[in-house]
Amino acid sequence: MKISYDTVEELAELAEAHGQRISDIVLKEQAQAMERSEEEVYETMRQSFQVMRQSVKDGMNPDLRSASGLSGGAAYKMKRAVDQGRNHFGYLFGNAMSMALAVAEYNSCMGKIVAAPTAGSCGVLPAALISVMEDKNIPEEDIVMSLFTASAVGMVIAKNASISGAEGGCQAEVGSASAMAACALTELFGGSPQMVVTSCAIALKNILGLVCDPVAGLVEVPCIKRNAMGVSNAFVACELACAGITSAIPASEVIDSMKKVGQQMSSSLKETAEGGLAATPTGCRLCQQIFGNYQ
Amino acid sequence: MNVFDIIGPIMIGPSSSHTAGAARIGKAARLLLGEPPVKAEIFFHGSFAKTYRGHGTDKAVIGGLLGFDPWDTRIRDSQRLAEKAGVSIHIATGTLDDVHPNTVRITMTGASGKTAVLQGASVGGGNIQITQINGMDVDFSGQYPTLIVLHRDHPGVIAQVTTLVSSRQANICNFRLSRQEKGGLAIMTIEMDQSMDEASAEEIKALANVVDVILFKLN
Repeated sequence: MKISYDTVEELAELAEAHGQRISDIVLKEQAQAMERSEEEVYETMRQSFQVMRQSVKDGMNPDLRSASGLSGGAAYKMKRAVDQGRNHFGYLFGNAMSMALAVAEYNSCMGKIVAAPTAGSCGVLPAALISVMEDKNIPEEDIVMSLFTASAVGMVIAKNASISGAEGGCQAEVGSASAMAACALTELFGGSPQMVVTSCAIALKNILGLVCDPVAGLVEVPCIKRNAMGVSNAFVACELACAGITSAIPASEVIDSMKKVGQQMSSSLKETAEGGLAATPTGCRLCQQIFGNYQ
Repeated sequence: MNVFDIIGPIMIGPSSSHTAGAARIGKAARLLLGEPPVKAEIFFHGSFAKTYRGHGTDKAVIGGLLGFDPWDTRIRDSQRLAEKAGVSIHIATGTLDDVHPNTVRITMTGASGKTAVLQGASVGGGNIQITQINGMDVDFSGQYPTLIVLHRDHPGVIAQVTTLVSSRQANICNFRLSRQEKGGLAIMTIEMDQSMDEASAEEIKALANVVDVILFKLN
């Protein structure tokens, strides 16, 4: 059986036609394409998930600091607030925030991470999945499988739009990561393939147009906190889709519009550090401080 | 594209282009030299020159020169490890003509006195393009097993080499030739669908008019 799909809707139709999860279809298709067994492909994904778990742990270190001095220690602060019951939106939400910050900060501090889909957006997927896994006692196997759903959605976005900040702005990086996480979560909570597609549409719609404007060109400000936002947006999209709410604009049209918005975006807002927050007086001053310090 | 291009690569942060790709270029340089370097000059151009310290691009390239992969945590400590191994590193920044913004040129000397120069660009998502070897233009990504054949510009050399490649059941998917001058040194870049063993590379090296052969297996 040759499995192929060009849109997320086609992917959902395939899963529904076979009465399987999207992740089952994707694992089968990928094993065929890579000429490897399903067990081997699953095992490679499981190893990536282990690296994600380790990066969540290691990123909680209170003493982490990046070379520029711009970041480090935020995940620890958030975690402490959660552990002391001082955060306001519940344990799961606070914990997810701290995990997203942990992985993103660890990345900024030259830690070992899994790009998902990029290094700049590497905190979203691990935070969404691991916080939910711990809170709901979900078996690891289901979490690893959900990564196949997430990556299939990522592949469709990469093919039909972009996952690169330099090409499509932050909507393409944290936006894609957030949509991937929303889809993985929706499948984990037993949502239908159609609901998975809806969660993809909602997540991307909410971040449509977000620019890539890193201060001093470094993957730190505002990237790290946008990872926390990416998780919260994945929660929003998953909750709405699982409640049976639909998207007025279909997911594939949202992805097409994301591509067009990326093309219309000025190059100063696509990773060049010439616009947005990077071009604010404080952004410019920080840039001068950082690169002045090095000389 | 497969799922591991989306969930992956596993890498040392912070940037797939400025850190992971830089480490791969360093590793390609190490493979080109074919022996541990004792001296290396790392010349950064463009965005690399502007932001290398913040992204750890220098540590990544040095790590690659020491043979580390992009996911090797020793990259963080590569400057100290190079010093300990007696490798003298010099970092310089400036402008190269008509190249990708994330370009680095690495000039190396090995323990035996052998020298080599590699220039490459990190083109996004950890992917790289090697653009020059010893001053001659090449163009390969390291995604495929790649043979670099340094040879004298002499009739029949290409036929000899490609015959040997095909006799090893390797299919050539990309071929490029560049020479310094007529009758002078030339470089063949041969990307293949199938991998080749070191023994076959040695056989090519033994062919008439072939000066050196490097087999790049970066993945």
